[in-house]
Amino acid sequence: MADYYNYLVVVLLMTLGLYIVMTQGNLVKKLIGLNVFQTSVFIFYISTAKVNGGTAPIVIDGAELYSNPLPQVLILTAIVVGIATMALALALVLRIKRAYGSVEEDVILEQDKPC
Amino acid sequence: MLNHLAVLQVVVPLLAAPACLILERARAAWLFTCLACLLSLGISIALFLQVQASGPISYAMGGWEAPWGIEYRIDALSSFVLLLINLVAVAVVIGANSSLVAELPESRHSPFYVLLLLCHAGLLGIVATGDAFNVFVFLEISSLSTYALVALGRDRRALFAAYQYLIVGTIGATFFLIGLGFLYSLTGTLNMADLAQRLPGLEEKRLVAAAFAFIVIGIALKLALFPLHGWLPDAYTQAPSMATAFLAASATKVALYLLIRMYFDVLGQEAVNALFPMGALLLVLGAAAVLLASLAAIRQDNVKRIFALSSVGQIGYLVIGVGLGSALGLQAALLHLFNHALIKAALFIAVAAVVCRVGGSRLDDFRGLGRAMPWTMAGLLIGALSLIGVPLTAGFVSKWFLVLAAMEAGLWPLVALVLIGSFIALFYVWRIVEVAYFQQRDGVAISEAPLMLLIPLWGMALANLYFGIDTSLTVEGSEQAVNFLMGSRP
Repeated sequence: MADYYNYLVVVLLMTLGLYIVMTQGNLVKKLIGLNVFQTSVFIFYISTAKVNGGTAPIVIDGAELYSNPLPQVLILTAIVVGIATMALALALVLRIKRAYGSVEEDVILEQDKPC
Repeated sequence: MLNHLAVLQVVVPLLAAPACLILERARAAWLFTCLACLLSLGISIALFLQVQASGPISYAMGGWEAPWGIEYRIDALSSFVLLLINLVAVAVVIGANSSLVAELPESRHSPFYVLLLLCHAGLLGIVATGDAFNVFVFLEISSLSTYALVALGRDRRALFAAYQYLIVGTIGATFFLIGLGFLYSLTGTLNMADLAQRLPGLEEKRLVAAAFAFIVIGIALKLALFPLHGWLPDAYTQAPSMATAFLAASATKVALYLLIRMYFDVLGQEAVNALFPMGALLLVLGAAAVLLASLAAIRQDNVKRIFALSSVGQIGYLVIGVGLGSALGLQAALLHLFNHALIKAALFIAVAAVVCRVGGSRLDDFRGLGRAMPWTMAGLLIGALSLIGVPLTAGFVSKWFLVLAAMEAGLWPLVALVLIGSFIALFYVWRIVEVAYFQQRDGVAISEAPLMLLIPLWGMALANLYFGIDTSLTVEGSEQAVNFLMGSRP
């Protein structure tokens, strides 16, 4: 069971994040959920890269077993993508707040109803 | 130079985007974007001819050979889709300036071109690359620029539509990423050709099935496959008209390309269907999309929304073709992918022309336009006839192939469904035609749309007629792509 500890955390965070996105009506809280969801996938990738007994993938004297560096590089890219997404999303929320005066989903939908 | 065409296809629009940001004058940015898109179209034509003449092109990025480095791979399927996206992009960009002048303040023009070019580069990248993780990166490049494009819309509802699209799109892309993670931890490779070789020998069938499920759901969200299409009508209605024309004609088509690539090329049709009934699932979802989205389109009173929902329905036809799984079905899907892009480009450019002159796209705004804007309405009519699938238009050719494929499989209900879908399309198109041609308009006189919008509109409308009569390019192009897909995995 201890071997799968990382993956349990991943599954927990993943479902938690998705749950927050689906159930929260506050636009900022939704984004927090989205972030948790994305981060869980990052942890998943990094966990798959771990080689038992391996050290960090840097050439060191005496070390023979290294962790796989590729997933870490991939996730570095994915983190950059995640930051860009979050920046754009928060900018949108700012504009929404200015246009509607609220960041609550139901208040926003209510305002556009008569149109 | 010729050796680098595969990567230049993506690099040209990608580098043109920031260069556009420096050109602050709206007109300069527009001309520069036109130039970049024309150059990109030229590259895709060269690639198409090269693939037809001498088979797939493989390009090792930075000199690192696959599977270690990132490979760009242009084969019969991708060169066909690249050509299509570039055709649409050129048509949209030529008309963009006239439409934007009417819709957005001048300070927003060059950001629009930057985002359009970025989205274009992202879509081309998804098609050109042979590396699965690279697909994810380009998917996000195109998606992020699409969210911002939607948010540029005039109405404040555009902001909320963009936000909702962002949430759904990010979940979709992340699902795709999870699926890739499974595949990578199973095989240790991200190169698609390499994955295709290693996957069949694996013991862990259940994990492959889970990976494929995540990937398909991720793509289906981007594709707006019923019932995951909720974001599409709002986003397409609120985005600037020319952005809608570009997205409707290209973004969903690229998502379908990705589905075909993953389903037929990387995982293999038989292998997937041995795990779960993917083909049947696609048939059911496609049929539901055709019926329900088309029926929903009848009740709308905004023309942009009518066509957006009709897009969801047309995606249903595409998915049915893929779900049939036969060579003929796949060819029907590829043909409709091409023809539907031409149809939706023509229709949405026509709507952009109306918005440009009248200021809105509600059904009421179309009143009497048959007389006031005869050329625009005639172009819209040709696109609409093609959408219904009237003979001598491009839409007829692809529906004909789809009916043939359904008959070949002995699925008569599907044949009936295609016909019913066409009838429903006739119904919602008729509502527009009736308002435009048989109702009078009072008040201010409306003049014909600017020439720079009529040129791309009629270019696309004539393409709809041309590919309805002379089908050699589309039928041969799709046939080669099908032979390639079916041949690689016998």
